[in-house]
Amino acid sequence: MSSSTPLARLQLRGITKRYPGCVANDQIDLNIQAGEIHALLGENGAGKSTLMKIIYGVTQPDEGEIRWHGETLKMRDPSMARTLGIGMVFQHFSLFETLTVAENIALAMGRQAGTAQQLEPKIREVSKRYGMPLEPERLVHSLSIGERQRVEIVRCLMQDIKLLILDEPTSVLTPQEADELFTTLRRLASEGCSILFISHKLGEVRALCQSATVLRGGKVSGHCIPADCTDLELARLMVGDAQGLETRHAKVSGANLFLQVDQLSWYNPDPFGTSLKDIQLNVRSGEIVGIAGVAGNGQDEILALLSGEQPLPKREALRISFAGQPVAHLKPDARRQLGLAFVPAERLGHGAVPDMSLSDNALLTAFQQGLVSKGLVKRSKVVAFAEEIIRRFAVKTPNAETAAQSLSGGNLQKFILGREIMQNPKLLIAAHPTWGVDVGAATAIHRALIALRDAGAAILVISEDLDELFQICDRIGALSSGKLSTLANTLETNPVEVGRWMAGQFNTDAVLS
Amino acid sequence: MLLSLEPRGQQSRAMLWFSPLLAAALTLLCGSLLFLLLGHDPLLTLHTLLIAPLSDWYGVSELLVKALPILLCALGLAVAYHARIWNIGAEGQLLLGALAGSAVAVHIIDWESRWALVLVISAGVAAGAAWAGLTAWLRTQFNANEILTSIMLNYIALNLLLYCVHGPLKDPEGYNFPESAMFGDFSRLPLLSEEGRVHAGLYFALLALVAVWVLLQKSFLGFQIKVLGLDRRAAGFVGFREKRLVWFALLVSGALAGLAGVGEVAGPIGQLVPQVSPGYGYAAITVAFLGRLNPLGILCASLLMALLYLGGETAQMAMNLPQAITQLFQGMMLFFLLACDVLILYRPRLKWKWTKRTATQDALA
Repeated sequence: MSSSTPLARLQLRGITKRYPGCVANDQIDLNIQAGEIHALLGENGAGKSTLMKIIYGVTQPDEGEIRWHGETLKMRDPSMARTLGIGMVFQHFSLFETLTVAENIALAMGRQAGTAQQLEPKIREVSKRYGMPLEPERLVHSLSIGERQRVEIVRCLMQDIKLLILDEPTSVLTPQEADELFTTLRRLASEGCSILFISHKLGEVRALCQSATVLRGGKVSGHCIPADCTDLELARLMVGDAQGLETRHAKVSGANLFLQVDQLSWYNPDPFGTSLKDIQLNVRSGEIVGIAGVAGNGQDEILALLSGEQPLPKREALRISFAGQPVAHLKPDARRQLGLAFVPAERLGHGAVPDMSLSDNALLTAFQQGLVSKGLVKRSKVVAFAEEIIRRFAVKTPNAETAAQSLSGGNLQKFILGREIMQNPKLLIAAHPTWGVDVGAATAIHRALIALRDAGAAILVISEDLDELFQICDRIGALSSGKLSTLANTLETNPVEVGRWMAGQFNTDAVLS
Repeated sequence: MLLSLEPRGQQSRAMLWFSPLLAAALTLLCGSLLFLLLGHDPLLTLHTLLIAPLSDWYGVSELLVKALPILLCALGLAVAYHARIWNIGAEGQLLLGALAGSAVAVHIIDWESRWALVLVISAGVAAGAAWAGLTAWLRTQFNANEILTSIMLNYIALNLLLYCVHGPLKDPEGYNFPESAMFGDFSRLPLLSEEGRVHAGLYFALLALVAVWVLLQKSFLGFQIKVLGLDRRAAGFVGFREKRLVWFALLVSGALAGLAGVGEVAGPIGQLVPQVSPGYGYAAITVAFLGRLNPLGILCASLLMALLYLGGETAQMAMNLPQAITQLFQGMMLFFLLACDVLILYRPRLKWKWTKRTATQDALA
């Protein structure tokens, strides 16, 4: 046997996994005891996902060994992991929306576990015991995101669970829902179940986890007890250099109204989409307005309506206006001519064409900036423009002819944001500007947004990251089931109140804009 | 698995050039094997197939005559394929171009003005475009899959042509042969030289080559078409008009195929016959991909394809090989080319089974 604690439920020794061009996991050691809530901390791309896929048997390590209760074994596939008592809740749920809760659970557990009807009493019992109320006969598409997560967790608890792996579980929850989840997890741990909690949010790791393993660039950069560390110490372990993390930006109040959204309602024909109801929103030149909210509460819809990808009929033109001019019926290029710039949520496949070079991707939205004359593309101007973006926004790339898909998320986001900012927009709408981006790039992106604000542009940021919104926004509101709360000055509200709005409890006392 | 493919992460520049050469080599190799099995000397057969047709000026001029319609169709298809609109209907668009051109030409046999040719050519181009326009309309209005509609329209076009050549357009003095009357001299494309059959359609093809090259490589419209093909959501996000681009790409595609068709009847054939095209419109699909949708590549590929057509005929006459050899050769070439293209994005790696076993044994030890 090995020299380490024989009690450890799961031990990883020297796990290494190579992908072409990168080492995703490099000699990783990890111990999880029975009943322990263990955090796996790290930036995006640090190797967290690869490691948990190895534990759950989705991929095989190139080197290293896995010991389960001290016994070395080869995790062949997820069904072997499940037999051992390992459950996993992925960030993206794998539920069938047109089936009921019980049917989904029955499907995942296999034939021998019984039919959906036979499972219903057990589902009720388990969900009640752990404080996660669920109605087994409800259809999944009618559940909120938080409820869907409960279905996934309950599914894991239905079997005799020894280790529960949760991948960024709070990213889809309001702060209040996250607290409820933590209560459940503590309860589970007290009954002896080990929990591997994957996150990059320092606050919740400190609140929940007894120990933490921090990954950086595929290697273990440290083990620690989160409760004994400050945010800055943890962040340093995660990113190495924690400069700029503590930046606070001054709040301003803006000048003239630029973007006005008046009583905007939109019926979404997609049965699984969100319809918008009476959205009332305005953004002044020289301020940043933030919209918080859990994904799927109308963000995609409001973005499509604002960008013009979903234009309204002409009689509704007044619903959206730029500096008093009605635009709701205009297509994206016409809106761009009036000063709109737009950074969509998905970088590849929406904001940039993956197979095209950076210079072609620069042309994609900047074609109204004198890069085209008499129908012909002015290639040298396009390349010069792309190189200027790369230089000014410190995009790491060999040259402007590199394909967009070969850039890292952070670099591509800097390029896309740079492309929009270089067009001197009067209004910039950015969705999840730092999603999946490393801390260094996120800081640079925040600074660029603040600089654009100070240059007099109106900016609307839609994000799921409350910390980010509080850091950069001057006013803030939240979306819940297609409705928007009133906007409050960031300095006069707090994350708890915004969390209530995210859950749909709009506070009428909030400061009116 | 003995051979595994690993993603390269980036296109290999060397492979971009090497893959067509490898494909050509494999085609020649497998072709030789095939001839050997059929009981022919492989080298002699390959010589008959690929070199003998080019031994004199007449052969070269026949090559050009065959290459012209393929080139025109393939150029049009390249425009549509860049937008990922899979127009399989070049054959039908070509036939309809030939039909419409003939319908005009047989009514103006007596004209003695160059406008006759202009009228005939315009009718052919317009008809080809209109036939592709049907596909565009079905696609943009009803979201009907363009692959299916364009293939079905091919059969309709063929039967329409057969009906006309057996009926309304049949030469009244033609002893009941299914042929139209010979066109008047002023609605024929003039020959470029005394010898051979190369005609003024060559200028149209060169013009189309330059125009499509400018469209795809230099123009903003071409850029929009490419964005639409690569990433429909990105095109929507900047406000490129999808429907208009679909219409444009299909109309260009159809117009060029129509030009190819009318060029055949007003050029080398001189009348409407049932066998206007030996499948030029289908060969053009192969050619468009063989040329990597690049106009210059398509030029080379169409010459190669024309050579295979000629060589197939020569081999049939000189060596008694079946005509299907040409199609087999075309098919093999396309197969190998697409197969070799995998190497551009993937790196092959040989894996020996025992390597894996030792690794497992190590882990257990």
